[in-house]
Amino acid sequence: MSAPTVAQSQPVEETRQENWKDNERVLGVAMLLPAGIYVILLVGLPFLMAVLFAFSDVTIGDPALDTLTLDTFRRVLADPNFQRALVNSFIFTIISQAIMVVLANILAAALTRNFPGKWLVRFLILLPWATPIAIGTIGWLWMFDSVYSPIDWIFRNLGLLKQIGVGGQVGILKNATNMYWLGEPGLAMFSVILVQIWRMLPMSTVIIMAGLTSISPDIRDAVQVDGVGWWREWREVTLPLLRPILLVALLFGIIFTFTDMTVVYVLTRGGPPPNATQVLASWAYIKGIQSGNLSEGAATVMFMLPVLLGVALVMLRIARRTEVR
Amino acid sequence: MAVVETRGLKKHFGDVKAVDGVDLVIQEGEFLVLLGPSGCGKTTTMRMIAGLEKPTHGDIYIGGRKVNDFPPRARRVAMVFQSYALYPHMTVYNNIAFPLKAEKMNKQDMQQKVEWAAGMFNISHLLNRKPRQLSGGERQRVALARAIVREPDLFLLDEPLSNLDAKLRAMARDELKQYQRQLGVTTLYVTHDQVEAMGMGDRVAVMSGGRVRQLGTPQELYRTPTDTFVATFLGSPPMNLVEKDTCILGFHPEHILPAEVHRDVRDPLHIPFDVTRVEYLGSERFLYGLVGSAQGPTKIVTAIPSLVTMPIEAGQTYDFVIDRGDLSFFDKSTLLRIAPVPFAHDSARVGSTS
Repeated sequence: MSAPTVAQSQPVEETRQENWKDNERVLGVAMLLPAGIYVILLVGLPFLMAVLFAFSDVTIGDPALDTLTLDTFRRVLADPNFQRALVNSFIFTIISQAIMVVLANILAAALTRNFPGKWLVRFLILLPWATPIAIGTIGWLWMFDSVYSPIDWIFRNLGLLKQIGVGGQVGILKNATNMYWLGEPGLAMFSVILVQIWRMLPMSTVIIMAGLTSISPDIRDAVQVDGVGWWREWREVTLPLLRPILLVALLFGIIFTFTDMTVVYVLTRGGPPPNATQVLASWAYIKGIQSGNLSEGAATVMFMLPVLLGVALVMLRIARRTEVR
Repeated sequence: MAVVETRGLKKHFGDVKAVDGVDLVIQEGEFLVLLGPSGCGKTTTMRMIAGLEKPTHGDIYIGGRKVNDFPPRARRVAMVFQSYALYPHMTVYNNIAFPLKAEKMNKQDMQQKVEWAAGMFNISHLLNRKPRQLSGGERQRVALARAIVREPDLFLLDEPLSNLDAKLRAMARDELKQYQRQLGVTTLYVTHDQVEAMGMGDRVAVMSGGRVRQLGTPQELYRTPTDTFVATFLGSPPMNLVEKDTCILGFHPEHILPAEVHRDVRDPLHIPFDVTRVEYLGSERFLYGLVGSAQGPTKIVTAIPSLVTMPIEAGQTYDFVIDRGDLSFFDKSTLLRIAPVPFAHDSARVGSTS
């Protein structure tokens, strides 16, 4: 009796196995699981801990989660360094993104035209993107060196700065032999923003280039035949057709810039004078990790949340609109 | 008066000679069609006239002015693209008004013009819609309205009907031709569809390999094709070509009929025809089969009008007849049209396949 039972049950098992592999529900869950676990463990959990920390008084010396309190927020808010960092974060993001959108548009428009050596120019412009942020920023640290800055050397030779050891000559830009890019309060912020633009420009340019090439050549031809000038073409045809993708470039830029600490940390450590160029991310790092005040660091980071949430919502709306179309 | 003239127009893309010496003269109010297979240079020719492409060689005159170095807007031309190229983010009104804005026309005049153009093409009720809310036929009308609103000297149409479905196309053809007559605007029309070309063109220029093979009225092209390319490009089904001695004989499918029904032929030439297949299409019958030629049996097609009710079956040989006046003669090596080659009555039989 047992032999026929085995023979009968075998095909059944085979179909069941096939069913399992073809079952979209099972397969879907299985395929999504790794990503799901990754997000929960490395994004969700730390985020929840940060929220929890922000409402506690934990430090590295006293990591016990024993009190829930709003005092941490009160202390953080009252700190003038935090206030400076909060304002700086917005200045840093808004100015760099505004300039970047303009430059990326010009670059993208230029790079979608045909000219000899286009591949080389494209390659060079995309290069900063391929460089690790820290290394690129360290390169800029040298460019901005207080004594040996090559930019200063060029400025000196153009007469914008005073020549070393030449008496009587006056620099047009500044009556000194060096700019001290990272040593003067306003100039340091300028330098930080400049490097951030350098860093973000390739990505925005590539995104906008993709948008430009997606506009049908027939539309471009129609504009030519209809006889409008380039400004009107850009404002009334290119820009409206580019708007969704431009927004994507801008939102990415905002996220990467608003949460960035590398550029500030490597270039200025938040100075000069101390903490004048601090942004939320670098201030949270200094507070929470370097000083070991986990709760204040977490509370500082919480102030990024509204901006990032807003950006995420807009992104989701764009994504849904493109899906509906 | 010649509105458009091209002299020795050439466009080379590297080694590819897309357009290789085109001389065209388009008369005032004329509807001229550039007809040819894809890649024959017809669209490039039109784009050069529009100013979207710079000629490698040759000159273009519009309204007597040499316009080689003029940008499109200075040429006073309007173009309708195959894809219509409507601005997707603008309403129909703004699409039509767009060329007028470039001329810095005041709002009131603009509105009048747009309403005139929209009325012309019966799309006045669609002015507030966006292009994606329109059907294919409506989009095409918007594109046409946008083109005429500026009252251009020259109207360029690049396969404007090819995105419409077959039913709509026949109607659109008729309408388009009517609008053109009404407006009297000089028109250059590019198409690969010989039915459109024959049906709409005052004259048709057949292009191939970057050159104009023949320029003439549809009748001229059909009756006296200048070479075997033109002969086989026009007509559906196209002209039959049969080798005979030193030349190639050409005849249209509807010119060869069964001798039994085709009695009063002035100068008959009898051809035995082995029918291999009969295709019944309602208004006519297509007969596929073989006739003898210098190269052995050659496949030909004949079209029998439905008036001829004589039963014809596949597998039989019938005595077919054609008027010698309906024959075209082409040189075997140059493939160009030559004067009729006389041949004796006896040898007139192209020959049986058996």
